[in-house]
Amino acid sequence: MAERIVVDPITRIEGHLRVEAKVEGGKIIDAASTGTMIRGIEIIARDRDPRDVWALVQRICGVCTTTHALTSIRAVEDALQIRVPKNAELIRKIMLAVIHIHDHVVHFYHLHAPDWVDVPNALQADPMRTAELAQSISRWPKSTAGYFRDVQDKLKAFVSNGQLGIFANAYWGHPAYKLPPEANLMAVAHYLEALDWQKEIVKIHTVFGGKNPHPNYLVGGMASAINIDGDNAINIERFNLVSKLIDEALEFVLEVYLPDLLAIASFYKDTAAYGGGLGNYLCFGDFSTAPNNDPSGFLLPRGAILNKNLSEVLDVDPRDPQQILEYTDHSWYENSKNGLHPWEGETSLKYTGPKTPYKTLDETGSFDKPYSWVKSPRWKGHAMEVGPLARMLVGYAKKDAPSHAFIKDEIDKALGGLGVGVEALFSTLGRTAARGIESKLCAVWLKQFFNELIANVKAGDQKTFNQEKWEPSTWPKESKGVGLTEAPRGALSHWVHIKDGKVANYQCVVPSTWNASPKDLKGQHGAYEASLLGVPMAKADQPVELLRTIHSFDPCLACAAHIIDTETQQTTKVEILR
Amino acid sequence: MASQDSFYQYLRNRGVSRRDFIKFCTVMAASLGLDPGATGAIAEALETKRRMPVIWRNFQECTCCTESFIRTQHPKASDIIMTMISLDYHETLMVAAGHQAEEAVAKAIEDNRGNYILAVEGAIPVKDGGIYCCIAGRPAVDVLKEEAKHAKAIIAWGSCAVNGCVQAAKPNPTGAVPVQDIIKDKPIINVPGCPAIAEVMAGVITHVLTFERLPELDSQGRPKVFYGHRIHDKCNRRAYFDAGMFVENFDDQGAKEGWCLYKMGCKGPNTYNSCSNLEWNGGLSYPIKSGHPCIGCSEFGFWDNNGGKSMYNHLSEVPGLKIGVNVDTFGAAAVGAAIAGAAVHAGLSAVTKKQLDKQENEKNCKNKIEG
Repeated sequence: MAERIVVDPITRIEGHLRVEAKVEGGKIIDAASTGTMIRGIEIIARDRDPRDVWALVQRICGVCTTTHALTSIRAVEDALQIRVPKNAELIRKIMLAVIHIHDHVVHFYHLHAPDWVDVPNALQADPMRTAELAQSISRWPKSTAGYFRDVQDKLKAFVSNGQLGIFANAYWGHPAYKLPPEANLMAVAHYLEALDWQKEIVKIHTVFGGKNPHPNYLVGGMASAINIDGDNAINIERFNLVSKLIDEALEFVLEVYLPDLLAIASFYKDTAAYGGGLGNYLCFGDFSTAPNNDPSGFLLPRGAILNKNLSEVLDVDPRDPQQILEYTDHSWYENSKNGLHPWEGETSLKYTGPKTPYKTLDETGSFDKPYSWVKSPRWKGHAMEVGPLARMLVGYAKKDAPSHAFIKDEIDKALGGLGVGVEALFSTLGRTAARGIESKLCAVWLKQFFNELIANVKAGDQKTFNQEKWEPSTWPKESKGVGLTEAPRGALSHWVHIKDGKVANYQCVVPSTWNASPKDLKGQHGAYEASLLGVPMAKADQPVELLRTIHSFDPCLACAAHIIDTETQQTTKVEILR
Repeated sequence: MASQDSFYQYLRNRGVSRRDFIKFCTVMAASLGLDPGATGAIAEALETKRRMPVIWRNFQECTCCTESFIRTQHPKASDIIMTMISLDYHETLMVAAGHQAEEAVAKAIEDNRGNYILAVEGAIPVKDGGIYCCIAGRPAVDVLKEEAKHAKAIIAWGSCAVNGCVQAAKPNPTGAVPVQDIIKDKPIINVPGCPAIAEVMAGVITHVLTFERLPELDSQGRPKVFYGHRIHDKCNRRAYFDAGMFVENFDDQGAKEGWCLYKMGCKGPNTYNSCSNLEWNGGLSYPIKSGHPCIGCSEFGFWDNNGGKSMYNHLSEVPGLKIGVNVDTFGAAAVGAAIAGAAVHAGLSAVTKKQLDKQENEKNCKNKIEG
């Protein structure tokens, strides 16, 4: 008889996620993931000026802050056929690379590491041996015995009065933790260091966007004017600051994050055997090296992989009305039609779950009725995984991509270091490793984009904004556009319909919508659910392995749960059926 | 509480000298906008305190306030979490999940009845019984009511918790409301902004910790120390406003010279926040300085305050604003108009201030926390 477990809240994520699972014979045999919060941002975006919407939809997420703003201006610029100056393109690419690195580092240390690192066990470590370990894997200058002793003292002081704060009531000592005390201490030290470092890299956003989180963007370019002979715009002092921060970011990724990731992974090769899930991967691609964001120049290439088949990368066309369709069979909506392309949306919220407070969303455990605010997007009918792993796999497999050799080389290096084959990528561990590998690529590209920006300014181009279509009088009466971005968590798309100078319809298909989706019409699980099948559970009431696998996706549920609005009257119905 | 657990002791153990510790306290006093005499009080607090229990709840939000909080430069977030407060519940950062997380919060409330701070990030949906935001099978509205009951005070982080922010913008599909609409019997410190500035968040916590009382609040429940001025009052482009020199289009010559963004829709003239004073991310810049008009993100209902027009339309076209001058008649050389404009602004500040002063007494009587 299977044991049913509920994990709600899933902590160390963005937003509100619940997982209900069945455990039998020490393994998860079925799982349902539920987004339990919804805000209705798409409805709110309606009837607004399309030039303003980036700011509104940026507030979908403050963790991957900027990605929704960027995607929104791409959608509006696509609809209104606006070309942006080269400097603005480069600044946007710089800001996107920055958020990838920031988000990945914060995810690894602050959201994911406690799944691998037994924090109190670090108190047993010998600081001298910790320094030897750290020095053997990287050239990070802080790695001295004295430094690690200080961290240990700090940790001792922290736990000594019994106030464990964020580390209270956790799973310390669980058999799934495998690091020796020295590795735990090194990771704790870098947990604190990463917390201090992450506030630095985002200053690049502050330079160009005025603040972080939620820096400013602009339809038609960027608002941060460049004037190399002015003291109140982007000049050499600001460029110097950005340059320094980029160098520091590259160093942190190369000397702290990646070595830690590979060192920790070497103790957890068992997690390469589970958590793979769907085996279907989707990327829209990003970081074009060709003008006007042309897909042929994408450093993170566009494409899809089905059934782990790396010998074939399938073409993806998001505009094709048949490729991306969203289903709501297991979501709390009432639609007259199902399987709609994002430009054709229709929705009314209709909660049919149990009365609160509830212990389970489905007494029967079958989850054959609606159980989430998240919808089920599908590509050509397939449930897909999006994110760093999807991007690395598509880059690895797509031989004609401009960055193929670089991506393949970095992946091979990491796999070689761990002594595992490429099949290890299809797993919990693979997902976590892919994020680290991608961070290195992004840090290298970040420097490249910055050098291009300097070269362009040096050549005499200081333009950051295209004024031509700023005024609504220059817009067509009606138009549609799509913005496509690779956000830190995966393929992101915003779909806008502009009519008479206002937003008539706005929709977002978000990375975590793909990954966190409930079952679809055919009963196919979403990526989270599929990845949990077969995950071992040493102790059913202490879900370390479950959390590890869910966290490997870096869930963002405020993004995931969203509404498609109709051109008709929006309604809300609530029926407590069960 | 024995002082070996204090922040000061921790610093001493790290080899920080008494002199450097006092220097740190002086910097903190300055960053809190206090006079130098406050250094001693800060030092004393940091020398003797047990960590203050904080329960931090996330409801309808995007987590930008948590992200902002970890950006604080002084004090650093790692020091706040490790040595100043005991963050007993915070979904984004805590290790325990599921029932272990819920047990942790129950225990924290039990152990610290009447003595913990409840920090709230996010708005609370109340429509349809609150089913649009559930945690562990319970609606956010129930969680808030229950956990506010025994709190010493509530901190409402960011515009979501203070005024509803984005989910409460028209047509507010889920019936999202801020904390102050639900909790009426507790002192609430409103810390608006989307997000709130990192050092402001850290400053509010350390103020309470150091002086053992809430900061003085204005009529809207905002700490005067951080929300006492309009962004316009201390803007680095203010001289250009007074001189009537405006950016007319993004990236025009005025933009390259850093002129005033008022005509581009800047909400600095009616937005109370510390952006132009403290600046963001360690005093580096703020939206206006980086060339984009202020969107007024710390003001009530800011998403819907543009009279149905784009946020890039300037204020004189927004109904209800009392700036009695049409800037379109300003020219860069129209000295008379510029002087008149400046005078009108001075008048507006005085009027606004008077109104605020009048309403303040009511809030201020709640300021003192009963121990």
